[in-house]
Amino acid sequence: MSSVKQILLTPLFENNPIALQILGVCSALAVTTQLSVTLVMCIALTTVTAFSNLFISMIRNQMPSSIRIIVQMTIIASLVIAVDQFLQAFAYEISKNLSVFVGLIITNCIVMGRAEAFAMKNPPVLSFLDGIGNGMGYSLVLIVVASIRELFGSGSLLGFQILPLIENGGWYQANGLMLLSPSAFFIIGFFIWAVRSVKKDQVEAREFRMASQSTPDGAF
Amino acid sequence: MSSKDSTKRTLIVAFSLCVVCSIIVSGTAVTLKPMQDANRILDRNKNILSAAGLFDSQQDGDEVVAERFSQFSTYVIDLNEQRVLGEEQLEQLQIDIDGYDQRLVINDPNYSEALERQEDIANIKRRVIYPMIYVVAENEEIETIVVPVSGYGLWGILYGFLALEGDANTVKGLAFNELKETPGLGAEVRNPRWTALWPGKKIYDEAGEVGLRVIKGQGSGDYQIDGLSGATLTTRGVDNLIQYWLGDDAYGPILAQLRETGLQTND
Repeated sequence: MSSVKQILLTPLFENNPIALQILGVCSALAVTTQLSVTLVMCIALTTVTAFSNLFISMIRNQMPSSIRIIVQMTIIASLVIAVDQFLQAFAYEISKNLSVFVGLIITNCIVMGRAEAFAMKNPPVLSFLDGIGNGMGYSLVLIVVASIRELFGSGSLLGFQILPLIENGGWYQANGLMLLSPSAFFIIGFFIWAVRSVKKDQVEAREFRMASQSTPDGAF
Repeated sequence: MSSKDSTKRTLIVAFSLCVVCSIIVSGTAVTLKPMQDANRILDRNKNILSAAGLFDSQQDGDEVVAERFSQFSTYVIDLNEQRVLGEEQLEQLQIDIDGYDQRLVINDPNYSEALERQEDIANIKRRVIYPMIYVVAENEEIETIVVPVSGYGLWGILYGFLALEGDANTVKGLAFNELKETPGLGAEVRNPRWTALWPGKKIYDEAGEVGLRVIKGQGSGDYQIDGLSGATLTTRGVDNLIQYWLGDDAYGPILAQLRETGLQTND
Protein backbone atom coordinates (compact mmCIF):
# COMPACT_ATOMS: atom_id res chain seq x y z
CA MET A 1 0.00 0.00 0.00
CA SER A 2 2.73 2.41 0.91
CA SER A 3 4.42 1.73 -2.41
CA VAL A 4 1.22 2.69 -4.25
CA LYS A 5 1.07 5.93 -2.34
CA GLN A 6 4.73 6.49 -3.00
CA ILE A 7 4.35 5.92 -6.73
CA LEU A 8 1.47 8.37 -6.88
CA LEU A 9 2.94 11.10 -4.69
CA THR A 10 6.70 11.20 -5.26
CA PRO A 11 6.32 12.74 -8.76
CA LEU A 12 4.59 15.74 -7.18
CA PHE A 13 7.55 17.24 -5.32
CA GLU A 14 10.22 14.61 -4.68
CA ASN A 15 10.73 13.70 -8.30
CA ASN A 16 8.70 16.15 -10.33
CA PRO A 17 9.06 15.50 -14.07
CA ILE A 18 9.29 19.21 -14.87
CA ALA A 19 11.00 20.62 -11.78
CA LEU A 20 13.59 17.89 -11.16
CA GLN A 21 13.91 16.01 -14.43
CA ILE A 22 13.32 19.15 -16.56
CA LEU A 23 11.20 17.20 -19.06
CA GLY A 24 8.14 18.38 -20.94
CA VAL A 25 8.99 22.07 -20.63
CA CYS A 26 8.01 22.83 -24.23
CA SER A 27 4.31 22.31 -23.71
CA ALA A 28 4.53 23.94 -20.28
CA LEU A 29 5.47 27.15 -22.07
CA ALA A 30 2.99 26.85 -24.88
CA VAL A 31 -0.33 25.94 -23.32
CA THR A 32 -0.29 27.91 -20.08
CA THR A 33 -1.76 31.26 -21.12
CA GLN A 34 -5.28 30.18 -20.13
CA LEU A 35 -6.09 27.95 -17.20
CA SER A 36 -8.99 26.16 -18.92
CA VAL A 37 -6.80 25.11 -21.84
CA THR A 38 -4.08 24.00 -19.43
CA LEU A 39 -6.47 21.78 -17.48
CA VAL A 40 -7.51 19.95 -20.64
CA MET A 41 -3.88 19.54 -21.66
CA CYS A 42 -3.08 18.12 -18.20
CA ILE A 43 -5.93 15.63 -18.41
CA ALA A 44 -4.86 14.64 -21.93
CA LEU A 45 -1.24 14.14 -20.93
CA THR A 46 -2.10 12.23 -17.75
CA THR A 47 -4.43 9.93 -19.70
CA VAL A 48 -1.84 9.25 -22.35
CA THR A 49 0.96 8.63 -19.84
CA ALA A 50 -1.17 6.33 -17.70
CA PHE A 51 -2.49 4.22 -20.57
CA SER A 52 0.77 4.07 -22.47
CA ASN A 53 2.43 2.84 -19.29
CA LEU A 54 -0.36 0.31 -18.81
CA PHE A 55 -0.20 -1.13 -22.32
CA ILE A 56 3.56 -1.09 -22.55
CA SER A 57 3.84 -2.83 -19.22
CA MET A 58 1.29 -5.45 -20.31
CA ILE A 59 3.37 -6.47 -23.31
CA ARG A 60 6.78 -5.78 -21.79
CA ASN A 61 7.67 -9.48 -21.61
CA GLN A 62 6.74 -10.02 -25.26
CA MET A 63 8.52 -6.96 -26.56
CA PRO A 64 11.63 -7.73 -28.64
CA SER A 65 14.36 -5.37 -27.47
CA SER A 66 15.42 -4.51 -31.02
CA ILE A 67 12.13 -2.75 -31.82
CA ARG A 68 11.36 -1.66 -28.26
CA ILE A 69 11.36 2.10 -28.88
CA ILE A 70 9.30 1.82 -32.07
CA VAL A 71 6.71 -0.29 -30.28
CA GLN A 72 6.48 2.26 -27.48
CA MET A 73 6.18 5.14 -29.93
CA THR A 74 3.45 3.37 -31.87
CA ILE A 75 1.41 2.80 -28.73
CA ILE A 76 1.90 6.38 -27.55
CA ALA A 77 1.09 7.83 -30.97
CA SER A 78 -2.12 5.78 -31.26
CA LEU A 79 -3.24 6.92 -27.82
CA VAL A 80 -2.51 10.56 -28.62
CA ILE A 81 -4.50 10.37 -31.86
CA ALA A 82 -7.40 8.80 -29.96
CA VAL A 83 -7.28 11.55 -27.32
CA ASP A 84 -7.13 14.21 -30.02
CA GLN A 85 -10.18 12.72 -31.73
CA PHE A 86 -12.08 12.69 -28.44
CA LEU A 87 -11.22 16.32 -27.79
CA GLN A 88 -12.38 17.33 -31.27
CA ALA A 89 -15.66 15.53 -30.65
CA PHE A 90 -16.36 16.63 -27.08
CA ALA A 91 -14.37 19.80 -26.43
CA TYR A 92 -14.11 21.45 -29.83
CA GLU A 93 -13.31 24.99 -28.66
CA ILE A 94 -10.48 23.85 -26.43
CA SER A 95 -9.12 21.44 -28.98
CA LYS A 96 -8.95 24.39 -31.37
CA ASN A 97 -6.94 26.34 -28.80
CA LEU A 98 -4.58 23.47 -28.08
CA SER A 99 -4.19 22.86 -31.82
CA VAL A 100 -0.87 21.23 -32.45
CA PHE A 101 0.09 20.66 -28.82
CA VAL A 102 -2.13 17.64 -28.30
CA GLY A 103 -0.33 16.00 -31.20
CA LEU A 104 2.98 16.98 -29.64
CA ILE A 105 2.24 14.87 -26.55
CA ILE A 106 3.75 12.10 -28.70
CA THR A 107 7.13 13.75 -28.40
CA ASN A 108 6.68 14.75 -24.77
CA CYS A 109 9.66 13.28 -22.98
CA ILE A 110 7.65 12.49 -19.86
CA VAL A 111 5.55 9.87 -21.66
CA MET A 112 8.50 8.21 -23.31
CA GLY A 113 10.63 8.56 -20.19
CA ARG A 114 8.12 6.81 -17.95
CA ALA A 115 7.58 4.06 -20.53
CA GLU A 116 11.30 3.32 -20.67
CA ALA A 117 12.15 3.90 -17.05
CA PHE A 118 9.15 2.41 -15.27
CA ALA A 119 6.68 0.51 -17.44
CA MET A 120 9.34 -1.74 -18.98
CA LYS A 121 10.29 -3.05 -15.55
CA ASN A 122 7.07 -3.04 -13.51
CA PRO A 123 3.67 -4.76 -13.55
CA PRO A 124 0.72 -3.08 -15.32
CA VAL A 125 -1.24 -1.69 -12.36
CA LEU A 126 1.78 -0.05 -10.78
CA SER A 127 2.80 1.32 -14.16
CA PHE A 128 -0.65 2.77 -14.67
CA LEU A 129 -0.43 4.49 -11.29
CA ASP A 130 3.04 5.74 -12.10
CA GLY A 131 1.62 7.32 -15.24
CA ILE A 132 -1.13 9.00 -13.20
CA GLY A 133 1.41 10.20 -10.64
CA ASN A 134 3.74 11.69 -13.23
CA GLY A 135 0.81 13.22 -15.05
CA MET A 136 -0.17 14.86 -11.76
CA GLY A 137 3.37 16.10 -11.22
CA TYR A 138 3.29 17.69 -14.68
CA SER A 139 -0.21 19.05 -14.05
CA LEU A 140 0.82 20.60 -10.74
CA VAL A 141 3.51 22.73 -12.37
CA LEU A 142 1.33 23.64 -15.33
CA ILE A 143 -1.59 24.67 -13.16
CA VAL A 144 0.65 26.88 -11.00
CA VAL A 145 2.19 28.48 -14.10
CA ALA A 146 -1.15 28.93 -15.85
CA SER A 147 -2.85 30.43 -12.78
CA ILE A 148 -0.12 33.03 -12.43
CA ARG A 149 -0.01 33.76 -16.16
CA GLU A 150 -3.75 34.07 -16.62
CA LEU A 151 -4.26 36.08 -13.43
CA PHE A 152 -1.55 38.64 -14.14
CA GLY A 153 -1.68 38.50 -17.94
CA SER A 154 -5.43 38.79 -18.43
CA GLY A 155 -6.68 39.55 -14.91
CA SER A 156 -8.90 36.48 -14.94
CA LEU A 157 -8.97 32.86 -13.84
CA LEU A 158 -10.79 30.21 -15.89
CA GLY A 159 -12.23 33.11 -17.86
CA PHE A 160 -13.80 34.85 -14.84
CA GLN A 161 -12.54 38.40 -14.44
CA ILE A 162 -10.83 38.77 -11.05
CA LEU A 163 -8.69 41.86 -11.53
CA PRO A 164 -10.75 44.43 -13.49
CA LEU A 165 -8.66 45.65 -16.43
CA ILE A 166 -8.05 49.32 -17.14
CA GLU A 167 -9.31 48.81 -20.72
CA ASN A 168 -12.65 47.78 -19.29
CA GLY A 169 -12.82 50.57 -16.73
CA GLY A 170 -11.04 48.81 -13.85
CA TRP A 171 -7.69 49.48 -12.21
CA TYR A 172 -5.44 46.61 -13.27
CA GLN A 173 -2.92 47.08 -16.06
CA ALA A 174 -2.43 43.64 -17.59
CA ASN A 175 1.16 42.43 -17.74
CA GLY A 176 1.81 41.66 -21.40
CA LEU A 177 4.93 39.61 -20.64
CA MET A 178 2.78 37.04 -18.86
CA LEU A 179 1.03 36.27 -22.14
CA LEU A 180 4.29 35.47 -23.91
CA SER A 181 6.15 32.19 -23.55
CA PRO A 182 9.28 33.55 -21.79
CA SER A 183 7.25 34.35 -18.66
CA ALA A 184 6.62 30.62 -18.20
CA PHE A 185 10.38 30.12 -18.10
CA PHE A 186 10.66 32.58 -15.23
CA ILE A 187 7.76 31.04 -13.33
CA ILE A 188 9.07 27.49 -13.79
CA GLY A 189 12.46 28.77 -12.65
CA PHE A 190 10.96 30.25 -9.50
CA PHE A 191 8.99 27.04 -8.93
CA ILE A 192 12.17 24.96 -9.15
CA TRP A 193 13.93 27.39 -6.81
CA ALA A 194 11.09 27.13 -4.28
CA VAL A 195 11.03 23.33 -4.40
CA ARG A 196 14.79 23.10 -4.04
CA SER A 197 14.94 25.55 -1.14
CA VAL A 198 12.66 23.22 0.80
CA LYS A 199 14.11 19.95 -0.47
CA LYS A 200 17.82 20.67 -0.35
CA ASP A 201 18.78 17.20 -1.59
CA GLN A 202 17.51 18.14 -5.07
CA VAL A 203 20.15 20.82 -5.42
CA GLU A 204 22.67 19.59 -7.96
CA ALA A 205 26.38 19.62 -7.29
CA ARG A 206 28.19 22.42 -9.07
CA GLU A 207 29.81 21.39 -12.29
CA PHE A 208 32.41 24.10 -12.14
CA ARG A 209 33.45 26.94 -9.96
CA MET A 210 34.35 30.40 -11.17
CA ALA A 211 37.98 31.38 -10.65
CA SER A 212 38.51 34.15 -8.14
CA GLN A 213 38.81 37.58 -9.69
CA SER A 214 42.22 38.77 -10.70
CA THR A 215 43.57 42.04 -9.37
CA PRO A 216 44.19 44.89 -11.82
CA ASP A 217 47.91 44.15 -11.57
CA GLY A 218 47.42 40.54 -12.52
CA ALA A 219 45.50 41.48 -15.64
CA PHE A 220 48.57 42.79 -17.38
CA MET B 1 19.52 -14.88 -28.12
CA SER B 2 16.39 -15.37 -26.07
CA SER B 3 13.22 -16.53 -27.84
CA LYS B 4 11.55 -13.12 -27.61
CA ASP B 5 14.36 -11.54 -29.62
CA SER B 6 14.17 -13.94 -32.56
CA THR B 7 13.43 -12.46 -35.98
CA LYS B 8 10.18 -14.37 -36.27
CA ARG B 9 8.98 -13.12 -32.90
CA THR B 10 9.97 -9.56 -33.75
CA LEU B 11 7.93 -9.67 -36.95
CA ILE B 12 4.92 -11.17 -35.21
CA VAL B 13 4.96 -8.54 -32.46
CA ALA B 14 5.42 -5.70 -34.96
CA PHE B 15 2.62 -6.95 -37.16
CA SER B 16 0.08 -7.55 -34.40
CA LEU B 17 0.90 -4.22 -32.79
CA CYS B 18 0.24 -2.47 -36.09
CA VAL B 19 -3.08 -4.23 -36.49
CA VAL B 20 -4.26 -3.44 -32.97
CA CYS B 21 -3.15 0.19 -33.08
CA SER B 22 -4.66 0.82 -36.50
CA ILE B 23 -7.98 -0.62 -35.30
CA ILE B 24 -7.94 1.70 -32.28
CA VAL B 25 -7.03 4.77 -34.33
CA SER B 26 -9.44 4.18 -37.19
CA GLY B 27 -12.15 3.06 -34.77
CA THR B 28 -12.09 6.30 -32.78
CA ALA B 29 -11.72 8.42 -35.91
CA VAL B 30 -14.67 6.81 -37.67
CA THR B 31 -17.05 6.64 -34.71
CA LEU B 32 -16.36 10.21 -33.61
CA LYS B 33 -16.41 11.76 -37.08
CA PRO B 34 -20.14 12.66 -37.12
CA MET B 35 -19.76 14.53 -33.83
CA GLN B 36 -16.63 16.31 -35.04
CA ASP B 37 -18.34 17.36 -38.26
CA ALA B 38 -21.33 18.63 -36.32
CA ASN B 39 -18.99 20.60 -34.07
CA ARG B 40 -17.19 22.11 -37.01
CA ILE B 41 -20.39 23.19 -38.71
CA LEU B 42 -21.82 24.53 -35.46
CA ASP B 43 -18.64 26.52 -34.92
CA ARG B 44 -18.75 27.88 -38.45
CA ASN B 45 -22.41 28.86 -38.23
CA LYS B 46 -21.83 30.47 -34.85
CA ASN B 47 -19.12 32.63 -36.38
CA ILE B 48 -21.23 33.57 -39.35
CA LEU B 49 -23.93 34.65 -36.91
CA SER B 50 -21.53 36.59 -34.73
CA ALA B 51 -20.08 38.35 -37.78
CA ALA B 52 -23.61 39.41 -38.64
CA GLY B 53 -24.15 40.55 -35.05
CA LEU B 54 -26.73 37.85 -34.34
CA PHE B 55 -24.82 35.82 -31.80
CA ASP B 56 -23.10 36.83 -28.56
CA SER B 57 -20.92 34.08 -27.15
CA GLN B 58 -21.24 35.59 -23.66
CA GLN B 59 -25.01 35.29 -23.55
CA ASP B 60 -26.23 32.91 -26.20
CA GLY B 61 -25.95 29.16 -25.98
CA ASP B 62 -25.46 26.68 -28.80
CA GLU B 63 -29.17 25.91 -28.96
CA VAL B 64 -30.08 29.21 -30.67
CA VAL B 65 -27.61 28.72 -33.51
CA ALA B 66 -29.68 26.42 -35.72
CA GLU B 67 -32.81 28.58 -35.52
CA ARG B 68 -31.03 31.87 -36.16
CA PHE B 69 -28.93 30.40 -38.92
CA SER B 70 -32.03 29.17 -40.76
CA GLN B 71 -32.68 32.68 -42.11
CA PHE B 72 -29.46 32.50 -44.10
CA SER B 73 -29.39 31.07 -47.60
CA THR B 74 -26.12 29.56 -48.65
CA TYR B 75 -24.73 30.08 -52.14
CA VAL B 76 -21.57 28.88 -53.78
CA ILE B 77 -19.82 31.36 -56.04
CA ASP B 78 -17.16 31.01 -58.68
CA LEU B 79 -14.36 33.49 -58.14
CA ASN B 80 -12.79 33.04 -61.57
CA GLU B 81 -16.01 33.45 -63.53
CA GLN B 82 -17.40 35.90 -60.98
CA ARG B 83 -20.87 34.46 -60.74
CA VAL B 84 -23.17 32.75 -58.32
CA LEU B 85 -23.44 29.08 -59.21
CA GLY B 86 -26.81 27.54 -59.97
CA GLU B 87 -27.91 24.02 -59.22
CA GLU B 88 -26.79 22.61 -62.53
CA GLN B 89 -23.28 23.96 -62.17
CA LEU B 90 -23.08 22.71 -58.61
CA GLU B 91 -24.00 19.28 -59.86
CA GLN B 92 -21.30 19.45 -62.51
CA LEU B 93 -18.77 20.35 -59.87
CA GLN B 94 -20.13 17.65 -57.57
CA ILE B 95 -20.75 20.14 -54.78
CA ASP B 96 -23.47 19.16 -52.35
CA ILE B 97 -24.23 22.43 -50.64
CA ASP B 98 -25.13 20.86 -47.27
CA GLY B 99 -22.05 18.73 -47.00
CA TYR B 100 -19.63 21.06 -48.76
CA ASP B 101 -16.88 22.48 -46.59
CA GLN B 102 -14.62 24.87 -48.43
CA ARG B 103 -11.94 24.52 -45.77
CA LEU B 104 -11.53 20.83 -46.64
CA VAL B 105 -10.93 21.33 -50.36
CA ILE B 106 -8.17 23.93 -50.09
CA ASN B 107 -5.59 21.49 -51.42
CA ASP B 108 -7.83 19.85 -54.00
CA PRO B 109 -6.79 21.13 -57.45
CA ASN B 110 -10.34 20.68 -58.74
CA TYR B 111 -11.66 23.24 -56.30
CA SER B 112 -8.75 25.48 -55.48
CA GLU B 113 -5.81 27.19 -57.13
CA ALA B 114 -2.38 28.49 -56.22
CA LEU B 115 -2.03 32.25 -56.16
CA GLU B 116 0.69 34.22 -57.91
CA ARG B 117 2.97 36.00 -55.51
CA GLN B 118 2.11 39.51 -56.65
CA GLU B 119 -1.66 38.98 -56.52
CA ASP B 120 -1.48 37.18 -53.18
CA ILE B 121 -1.78 40.27 -50.98
CA ALA B 122 -3.20 38.32 -48.06
CA ASN B 123 -0.34 35.81 -48.24
CA ILE B 124 -2.54 32.72 -48.26
CA LYS B 125 -0.71 30.81 -51.06
CA ARG B 126 -3.87 28.99 -52.20
CA ARG B 127 -7.50 29.92 -52.44
CA VAL B 128 -10.70 27.98 -52.94
CA ILE B 129 -12.25 28.91 -56.28
CA TYR B 130 -15.75 28.13 -55.06
CA PRO B 131 -16.30 29.73 -51.66
CA MET B 132 -19.64 29.77 -49.92
CA ILE B 133 -21.40 33.04 -49.20
CA TYR B 134 -24.35 33.45 -46.87
CA VAL B 135 -27.20 35.80 -47.62
CA VAL B 136 -30.23 37.00 -45.73
CA ALA B 137 -32.87 38.33 -48.09
CA GLU B 138 -36.44 39.34 -47.56
CA ASN B 139 -38.69 39.76 -50.62
CA GLU B 140 -35.74 39.86 -53.01
CA GLU B 141 -34.24 42.64 -50.88
CA ILE B 142 -30.80 41.63 -49.63
CA GLU B 143 -30.29 42.46 -45.96
CA THR B 144 -27.02 40.80 -45.07
CA ILE B 145 -24.16 39.24 -47.00
CA VAL B 146 -21.54 37.18 -45.15
CA VAL B 147 -18.34 36.21 -46.93
CA PRO B 148 -15.47 34.04 -45.67
CA VAL B 149 -12.09 35.76 -45.49
CA SER B 150 -8.61 34.57 -44.65
CA GLY B 151 -5.16 36.08 -44.45
CA TYR B 152 -1.77 35.57 -42.89
CA GLY B 153 -1.23 37.33 -39.58
CA LEU B 154 1.84 36.86 -37.42
CA TRP B 155 1.96 33.11 -36.72
CA GLY B 156 -0.47 31.67 -39.19
CA ILE B 157 -3.54 32.20 -41.32
CA LEU B 158 -6.55 33.86 -39.73
CA TYR B 159 -9.89 32.51 -40.90
CA GLY B 160 -13.04 34.47 -40.37
CA PHE B 161 -16.21 35.94 -41.77
CA LEU B 162 -17.02 39.48 -42.80
CA ALA B 163 -20.67 40.54 -42.78
CA LEU B 164 -21.93 43.36 -44.99
CA GLU B 165 -25.22 45.21 -45.15
CA GLY B 166 -27.51 44.73 -48.14
CA ASP B 167 -25.77 47.59 -49.98
CA ALA B 168 -22.66 45.33 -50.19
CA ASN B 169 -20.62 48.26 -48.98
CA THR B 170 -21.34 48.94 -45.31
CA VAL B 171 -19.65 46.61 -42.81
CA LYS B 172 -21.95 44.82 -40.42
CA GLY B 173 -19.29 42.94 -38.48
CA LEU B 174 -16.21 40.77 -38.51
CA ALA B 175 -15.52 37.54 -36.65
CA PHE B 176 -12.50 35.27 -36.75
CA ASN B 177 -13.03 31.66 -35.85
CA GLU B 178 -9.56 30.29 -36.29
CA LEU B 179 -6.25 31.95 -35.63
CA LYS B 180 -2.84 31.29 -34.19
CA GLU B 181 -2.09 34.85 -33.05
CA THR B 182 -0.53 35.67 -29.67
CA PRO B 183 -3.15 35.54 -26.90
CA GLY B 184 -3.64 38.98 -25.40
CA LEU B 185 -2.02 40.75 -28.34
CA GLY B 186 -2.86 39.60 -31.86
CA ALA B 187 -5.66 37.32 -30.67
CA GLU B 188 -7.45 40.46 -29.51
CA VAL B 189 -8.88 40.65 -33.04
CA ARG B 190 -11.62 38.57 -31.44
CA ASN B 191 -12.13 41.00 -28.59
CA PRO B 192 -15.71 42.32 -28.85
CA ARG B 193 -14.43 45.79 -28.01
CA TRP B 194 -12.27 45.75 -31.14
CA THR B 195 -14.78 44.13 -33.46
CA ALA B 196 -17.26 46.78 -32.29
CA LEU B 197 -15.18 49.31 -34.28
CA TRP B 198 -16.18 47.67 -37.57
CA PRO B 199 -19.95 48.02 -37.97
CA GLY B 200 -20.92 51.07 -40.03
CA LYS B 201 -17.58 51.45 -41.80
CA LYS B 202 -17.66 51.65 -45.60
CA ILE B 203 -15.58 49.46 -47.86
CA TYR B 204 -15.58 51.07 -51.30
CA ASP B 205 -14.68 54.72 -51.85
CA GLU B 206 -16.20 56.92 -54.55
CA ALA B 207 -13.91 55.52 -57.21
CA GLY B 208 -15.11 52.01 -56.36
CA GLU B 209 -11.75 50.98 -54.94
CA VAL B 210 -11.33 49.31 -51.54
CA GLY B 211 -10.94 52.31 -49.25
CA LEU B 212 -11.25 50.60 -45.89
CA ARG B 213 -7.94 50.46 -44.04
CA VAL B 214 -6.84 49.21 -40.67
CA ILE B 215 -4.34 51.84 -39.56
CA LYS B 216 -2.03 52.76 -36.73
CA GLY B 217 -3.41 55.44 -34.48
CA GLN B 218 -6.92 56.70 -34.00
CA GLY B 219 -9.06 55.67 -36.94
CA SER B 220 -11.57 58.26 -38.01
CA GLY B 221 -14.23 58.62 -40.64
CA ASP B 222 -15.95 55.91 -42.63
CA TYR B 223 -12.84 54.25 -44.00
CA GLN B 224 -10.43 53.88 -41.09
CA ILE B 225 -10.19 51.39 -38.28
CA ASP B 226 -7.85 51.80 -35.33
CA GLY B 227 -5.37 48.89 -35.41
CA LEU B 228 -4.55 46.86 -32.31
CA SER B 229 -1.63 48.22 -30.33
CA GLY B 230 1.12 45.69 -29.74
CA ALA B 231 -0.08 43.63 -32.68
CA THR B 232 1.30 45.42 -35.72
CA LEU B 233 1.72 42.33 -37.87
CA THR B 234 -1.70 40.90 -37.04
CA THR B 235 -3.24 44.28 -37.80
CA ARG B 236 -1.38 44.40 -41.09
CA GLY B 237 -2.63 40.89 -41.83
CA VAL B 238 -6.23 41.96 -41.26
CA ASP B 239 -5.67 45.01 -43.45
CA ASN B 240 -4.22 42.80 -46.21
CA LEU B 241 -7.07 40.35 -46.09
CA ILE B 242 -9.59 43.16 -46.48
CA GLN B 243 -7.64 44.58 -49.44
CA TYR B 244 -7.42 41.16 -51.05
CA TRP B 245 -10.82 39.61 -50.47
CA LEU B 246 -12.85 42.72 -51.20
CA GLY B 247 -10.69 43.69 -54.16
CA ASP B 248 -11.19 42.96 -57.85
CA ASP B 249 -9.54 39.55 -57.74
CA ALA B 250 -11.91 38.14 -55.15
CA TYR B 251 -15.36 39.27 -54.02
CA GLY B 252 -15.28 42.79 -55.52
CA PRO B 253 -17.11 42.03 -58.79
CA ILE B 254 -19.62 39.67 -57.15
CA LEU B 255 -20.47 42.28 -54.54
CA ALA B 256 -20.90 44.86 -57.30
CA GLN B 257 -23.32 42.49 -59.06
CA LEU B 258 -25.29 41.97 -55.88
CA ARG B 259 -25.47 45.72 -55.40
CA GLU B 260 -26.67 46.44 -58.91
CA THR B 261 -28.79 43.52 -59.99
CA GLY B 262 -29.53 41.66 -56.78
CA LEU B 263 -29.01 37.99 -56.33
CA GLN B 264 -29.12 35.97 -59.54
CA THR B 265 -27.83 32.51 -60.06
CA ASN B 266 -26.50 31.74 -63.53
CA ASP B 267 -27.96 28.52 -64.75
